[in-house]
Order: sequence, then structure tokens, then C-alpha cells
Amino acid sequence: MITFDRVSKRYAEGHDALREISLHIDSEDFAFLTGHSGAGKSTLLRLIMLMERPSRGQVIVNGQDLAAVRPRGIPKLRRDIGVVFQNHRLLFDRTVFDNVALPLVIAGYEHREIGRRVRAALDKVGLLHREWAMPRALSGGEQQRVGIARAVVGKPKILLADEPTGNLDPGLSAEIMNLFEQFNQVGVTVLIASHDLALISRLHHRIITLQQGYLVSGSSQ
Amino acid sequence: MIRRRETPKRKQSTRSSRTGVLNQLAAWLQHHRLSAADSLMRVIESPAASLLTWLVIGIALALPVGLNVALDNVSQVSNGWDSPAQISLFLQDGAADDAVRELEAELAARQDVTASRFISREEALEEFRELSGFADVLANLEENPLPNLVLVTPEATLDEPAVLALRAELEEHSDIAEAVLDMEWLQRLNTLMELSRRIVLAVGGMLVIGVLLILGNTIRLAIESRRDEIVIVKLVGGSNGFVRRPFLYTGLWYGVGGGVLAAILVSGALWFLEEPIANLALLYESAFYLSGLGVMGALNLVILGGLLGLGGAWLAVSRHLVHIEPQ
Repeated sequence: MITFDRVSKRYAEGHDALREISLHIDSEDFAFLTGHSGAGKSTLLRLIMLMERPSRGQVIVNGQDLAAVRPRGIPKLRRDIGVVFQNHRLLFDRTVFDNVALPLVIAGYEHREIGRRVRAALDKVGLLHREWAMPRALSGGEQQRVGIARAVVGKPKILLADEPTGNLDPGLSAEIMNLFEQFNQVGVTVLIASHDLALISRLHHRIITLQQGYLVSGSSQ
Repeated sequence: MIRRRETPKRKQSTRSSRTGVLNQLAAWLQHHRLSAADSLMRVIESPAASLLTWLVIGIALALPVGLNVALDNVSQVSNGWDSPAQISLFLQDGAADDAVRELEAELAARQDVTASRFISREEALEEFRELSGFADVLANLEENPLPNLVLVTPEATLDEPAVLALRAELEEHSDIAEAVLDMEWLQRLNTLMELSRRIVLAVGGMLVIGVLLILGNTIRLAIESRRDEIVIVKLVGGSNGFVRRPFLYTGLWYGVGGGVLAAILVSGALWFLEEPIANLALLYESAFYLSGLGVMGALNLVILGGLLGLGGAWLAVSRHLVHIEPQ
């Protein structure tokens, strides 16, 4: 589902974020991406969703060589990938419902279908009763769950998460991870960047470790 | 449990909502509807700021359009003077009374002449004495310097070249020393009108560019204030077109509102001037009335406003939106 073939990313100022990374994540896999901050976790995720392009090497996502994706094709690629951000990235002037509905509105779903799917997604993350609340009225954990609902509402094949439990206490973090596992069980490929080793080592999934841009373990299962 | 519930649903909805040109068209139209409504709500929700923008655009559009309406009215008046009303025939000094009568009969028989009036040199001198205030000077003259005169009114339907031809033909007559058609003032008026039109056009052009820039700037500010939202929309797969649409509609609403205000301003100004102009026309015994914008004029103004709004928004969007990318 996701393949990196000797991928390097060097920034303009000469900093090497990723060096010669090769890895493969199968369809319906569940993998953690870990390492200290600055190890290249975020860069790797950004390459998958074409927020950036590699300096060298080849990235293949869902059978598509990303080098061949033109700027016009980026939105379509992103519609097939659900992303959960550490800082939630919610629209604070819209209701929870509207936030979750955004990917469906973009994809052009019909009104009634949007309502049905948004409620299903909110139900799954346990926030159906807050659908008309504004994000500011929610706790951090609830905001993160809105972010997760938005990431999965379009039924993507791939779900990426960048430090999804970064600001949450251990109990809430375990709940969030449990949600990701549930989505994985219905066939979504999940890749989560996290430095919370205590949490992820308990979950018995593949762990890919990066260190100063190098892949040090977990290149294959 | 989740698997059982979700898997068939995914297939079905993929088929029903995302495939087919018709469905895509419906989705596209739906987003246009949503963007239009959402932008309109945003414009209405900040009435003070929106009213200011509308006023700026309205005034900028009302100025050239109002001047143009004024010019139309002036040219409506001057159109009545397109063919000069009279040809003055100055008769030969020695022309006998019989010859004058013969000439008058000849003129009366012509199809292209509606009326002619003989003014003897004595009458002319008397009139001149009364009107000019040179009575003393004239009293000192040994003889009357003025010639006999026949004023000829050409047929009203004659156009300018035909009147010129008539003048030339009359001048050939043996009893007529000179036939004078005073066209210069008319040509001056027409030239002046043409000049005014160009000035209005130039001023209008500049104001239109001004409106474009004002709208562009307003939309640029709107884009800046929604930068986070744009980034998020792009992150979850919104295309440039999707991001662009609400801003284009915002520009459209500003432009349309400005056009409506401009139409109201011009109509208001005309209403304000209507009574004094009607009184003036009455004093001149003229049937002139002030013609306004009309429904089509007002509609054109609104459409022009809308187009300018779209144009300004397009300027801003094409310059600024591309640079907002998720970091």
C-alpha cells in the first residue's frame, strides 16, 4: 500500500531529514513510526500526502508513483488518505458536524448521504451527541476525536496520524489508539507517527524506528 | 461488527455518489450553490464592512454612469438641432422688388423649403438699432450698410449634406449675393460632446480599474483572514477550484451590491434634478424631459458590477491562493 524506495529528503538549507529510506507497508497493515523529534517522522508522512516531494528515490502510494502526480492531481490523492494531525486542525468557526462533513463536501457527496455518513463517523468516535457543538466547547481529547472522525468519514484506504496522542493523558491516548485499531480491523491501512514508546510497545504492532533520518528498525515485518 | 456493517455500504455509496459524469456535475453544481449561499451569508453577517465596500463600488460606478446619462440627455437636446434651422440669403444690392417677389415665389414652390421670410434692409437696420445699442453710431452713417435678406427654413427631414447642397444651389441664383449656413456652432457643439464622451470614457475606465483593485484587495483580505481554513481544506483534498469558489462568489456579491447601489445613486440624482429641469424646459417652451437609466440601464449596471466583482476576485485569488499551501 505504501512503498518507499531509497528515499532521501534534503531541505534547501542542507539539512537531511530522510536518508535512503526503503520500507514497505502492506494493505491493511498497522504500523507505528517512532523516533526522537527531528528524526524524520513528520517528513515521511508529508511525503506520503505530497505536502513535499522527495529529493531522491521513489514513493508509491496505493499503487501510484507519486513522482507522476502533478499538482492538479494532489487533491485527488489526498482524498484517498485520511490524516489526523497533532494540533487537530479543525475549523473553529464551524460546528463539529460541518468539520467532519468537509471531506465529503469536497468529494461532492449528496446532502443526505453526507448527513448519514457524518453521523456514522461521529457515532464511531463517540461524539454523536456533540454534532452541533463548536470545537472550542470540546476538550482536547474530544477535539482529537473530531479530527479522527473527519479523517475516516470519507472511508479512505490509508489513515495517517502525526502524534495523535501528543497532548493527551495516558487513558485518553489508549482510547484513541483503540479507535485506530478498530479502523484497521475494517481494512484501513494505518500509519501512526508517535514518540510515546510506552504506549505503542504495549500494542504489539509493527514499529518503524527512525534516527536522524535513517531507518534503524522495522523496515519489513 | 464494524466490518460487517461497513463493507457493503462502502461499495454501494461509492457507486451512487462518486461515479458518473451526471453525478459529478450535480456535485459541482451543489458546491456552487453552497459557496454562493455561504459567501452571501458572510457578506450579510458583517453589514457595516459590506456596506462600505458596496458604497465605494457604487460611487465609483455611479460617477461615470451618471455623467454618461447627462451626456445622453444633452445629445438628445442637440439632436433636434442636427440640421441648422435657417439659411440666410443676402440679396444683390441692385435687386429690384419684382425680382425679390419672384424669388419668394420660386422658394415657396420648392419641395425642400418649408418657409421663407423677406427682411428688407430698412427692417434689418431698425432691428439692429434696437438690439445692438449702437443707435448713435448708426445715426451717423450716411447710408444703410445692410443688404436685403431672405431667411429660408429648409425641410426638417433634410440631413446635413442635403442642406449644404441646397445652400450651394441657392447661391447660384443671380439675385443672391451670398447664402450663409451657420454650421460652425453646431460642429463645435458636436466636437465638444465627442470630447466630453471621451473624458467620461477615460474617467470611467480609471474608476473601473479602481473598482477592480478595491475588490481585489477586499478579497485578498478575506483570503488572508481565512488562511487556516484554506490550508485545512487543501489538506483534506480540496482542489484549487474548490478553494477558489467561495471567494469568487464573495467578489460577485460585492460587485452586484455595488451595482445596485450605483443604480440607486444615479436614479436618486436624476430624481433630485428632475423638477428644476422640468421647470427650465417649461421656461424655454421645450418638450424636453430628463430621461433616466431605465430598467435595462439599471440591469446593465448591476451586471457590470457583478462582472467587475468576479474580475477583482479572480485577480486576488489567482495571485494569492496558489501561495497558500499546507506547511
